[in-house]
Amino acid sequence: MAISRLSSRSNTFLKPAITALHSPIRRHVSTDTSPITIETAVPFTSHLCESPSRSVETSSEEILAFFRDMARMRRMEIAADSLYKAKLIRGFCHLYDGQEALAVGMEAAITKKDAIITSYRDHCTFIGRGGKLVDAFSELMGRKTGCSHGKGGSMHFYKKDASFYGGHGIVGAQIPLGCGLAFAQKYKKDEAVTFVLYGDGAANQGQLFEALNIAALWDLPAILVCENNHYGMGTATWRSAKSPAYFKRGDYVPGLKVDGMDALAVKQACKFAKEHALKNGPIILEMDTYRYHGHSMSDPGSTYRTRDEISGVRQVRDPIERVRKLLLSHDIATEKELKDMEKEIRKEVDDAVAQAKESPVPDSSELFTNMYVKDCGVESFGADRKDLKVTLP
Amino acid sequence: MAALLGRSCRKLGFLSSGHGARRTVSTETGKSLNLYAAINQALHIALDSDPRSYVFGEDVGFGGVFRCTTGLAERFGKNRVFNTPLCEQGIVGFGIGLAAMGNRAIVEIQFADYIYPAFDQIVNEAAKFRYRSGNQFNCGGLTIRAPYGAVGHGGHYHSQSPEAFFCHVPGIKVVIPRSPREAKGLLLSCIRDPNPVVFFEPKWLYRQAVEEVPEHDYTIPLSEAEVIREGNDITLVGWGAQLTIMEQACLEAEKEGISCELIDLKTLLPWDKETVEASVKKTGRLLISHEAPITGGFGAEISATILERCFLKLEAPVSRVCGLDTPFPLVFEPFYMPTKNKILDAIKTTVNY
Repeated sequence: MAISRLSSRSNTFLKPAITALHSPIRRHVSTDTSPITIETAVPFTSHLCESPSRSVETSSEEILAFFRDMARMRRMEIAADSLYKAKLIRGFCHLYDGQEALAVGMEAAITKKDAIITSYRDHCTFIGRGGKLVDAFSELMGRKTGCSHGKGGSMHFYKKDASFYGGHGIVGAQIPLGCGLAFAQKYKKDEAVTFVLYGDGAANQGQLFEALNIAALWDLPAILVCENNHYGMGTATWRSAKSPAYFKRGDYVPGLKVDGMDALAVKQACKFAKEHALKNGPIILEMDTYRYHGHSMSDPGSTYRTRDEISGVRQVRDPIERVRKLLLSHDIATEKELKDMEKEIRKEVDDAVAQAKESPVPDSSELFTNMYVKDCGVESFGADRKDLKVTLP
Repeated sequence: MAALLGRSCRKLGFLSSGHGARRTVSTETGKSLNLYAAINQALHIALDSDPRSYVFGEDVGFGGVFRCTTGLAERFGKNRVFNTPLCEQGIVGFGIGLAAMGNRAIVEIQFADYIYPAFDQIVNEAAKFRYRSGNQFNCGGLTIRAPYGAVGHGGHYHSQSPEAFFCHVPGIKVVIPRSPREAKGLLLSCIRDPNPVVFFEPKWLYRQAVEEVPEHDYTIPLSEAEVIREGNDITLVGWGAQLTIMEQACLEAEKEGISCELIDLKTLLPWDKETVEASVKKTGRLLISHEAPITGGFGAEISATILERCFLKLEAPVSRVCGLDTPFPLVFEPFYMPTKNKILDAIKTTVNY
């Protein structure tokens, strides 16, 4: 049975070692890079531009990577949930589970030279940009080894070498910033673009429209991605927006509506958007997605939506399940292999958590570092100006 | 939430002052309420007493993220109590317009940290409307409520105290209550005051502070500071949640023989200079404490004014025990905050100058 399936593939790393189910040697799953074409389930809807094709070019390796990365992100968010409840993470914690397809799909279409900037729901975006799990957990717990050295917390993850400009607390504030990044990229002529992520809540902020006007006027390579998870904290889109067709709100800026739970559709849209932005200036991508958790850990997430709705989405549209079905139906991996992979990932996440727990909190002198540039010599006063006085480095 | 250096749930029973100094308007008993319930009561009374008053902001319809607006939409209807989209500049601007038509617009900004997009509207529109129209128009019916202050784990964007920015704007009033009973009376005064008011509510006290609050409609006058504890050796001035910490420091100082006078400023703009002046002329020493960073904080204004008025009576430099000059930190919050011990040290240093 397995042998006949093997022979229909080329360039595989599959060792013909499958015999019985209790075989001690695990089969290597397919890391075939030959192209597979898959149709997206939902067509794209466009505004002032042409839709990209529904046929997405991908490969076994890529789909498997999607699965692995999304499973890792999902496990990370669930681990963060437990850590928060155990009071190891304090402050605010906004989880991304349900929206993983966006992070992985986007990464598949771009390079690390393209910039990404997002709001406070940034853990998975950070991992997508190549961030390490242990850096993420350390930062969440406020430890020195965190990606922002423990000074930012959940809402402020950054990764300079991967052009990830973070992690912003104020809703909508990252949008004009992102357009500024795009301007710099255009100026430097480095053929890179900026993905500016914001939510359906931020879509009603004035700064979005100011930034859109500027980006369109100066043809900036900015791709504004509205992560429409249908709830701005507890407010449904129909209650806060006159026009919930966020991809059309750019008016003169073209837009595309994408099924944000389908990693392949996201990849296709981002690829299309990057090409568009480099030639024609800004474009809006509205990603139709969903978050399982509430707005933050203090929000149960069930007072403004029914549990049936949440479980309904989980059953029908879950991004990881979708990719799992693809992997199984295209024979790229078996059920057991995927389960084993998930177990490995679970262990990976647990190890990262354990490692992060061991790391120290930042030194109290760090309270004063990085306010100004080095050698500014500015004095900062403590409580009574007499005893506590620090000269900033 | 974890107790933060002695901040524990306690009933706020301020020692009743003796003679002469202004004291709390009513010492009647009422129901035991916490801060958000007292504010909720004030809003119910405000909407009940004036049919042209409205409450709006993000998520106020279901009761608000801090439950201050519970029951209002059910009782007064969705046309008077309604949610707005997420756009602070738009919300405040809209409120100014509504107030300009003679209504009482009670705007909620979800956290004081988010008030900055609306800063232009407050400073350039609300504060100057009456002045620049030669009194033809005004937006006196505008009241902006926002939770401010540290909460133990708020980090950069859920803990800020921006009162100093607004105290610099002639044309608006800035009011900060210290307890549930004060909050209800002050909020009703603010709503009925014919000037635009920014009302900062200490979010840390929403649940933690419990006090007997009279159930009827009462107001507490604005621009009147209150001496909540009498003393002879040093005057302490503060507002909001910080007063709880200062009171603890006063109690400790008393054990060491230092008699402290504690004043609640209540209204920061325009502030009651006379009460503070009278107190400092008596004690000869002044200490101001606030959570906001020390440089450019409102304590600087109080210090400068008192120096002008009481220079020859001062025995020691004016002391300010405030937050550090850094963004409001996450893990470092205990170091940043002006704690009881920092205040105690400063009291002793000032008294022994």
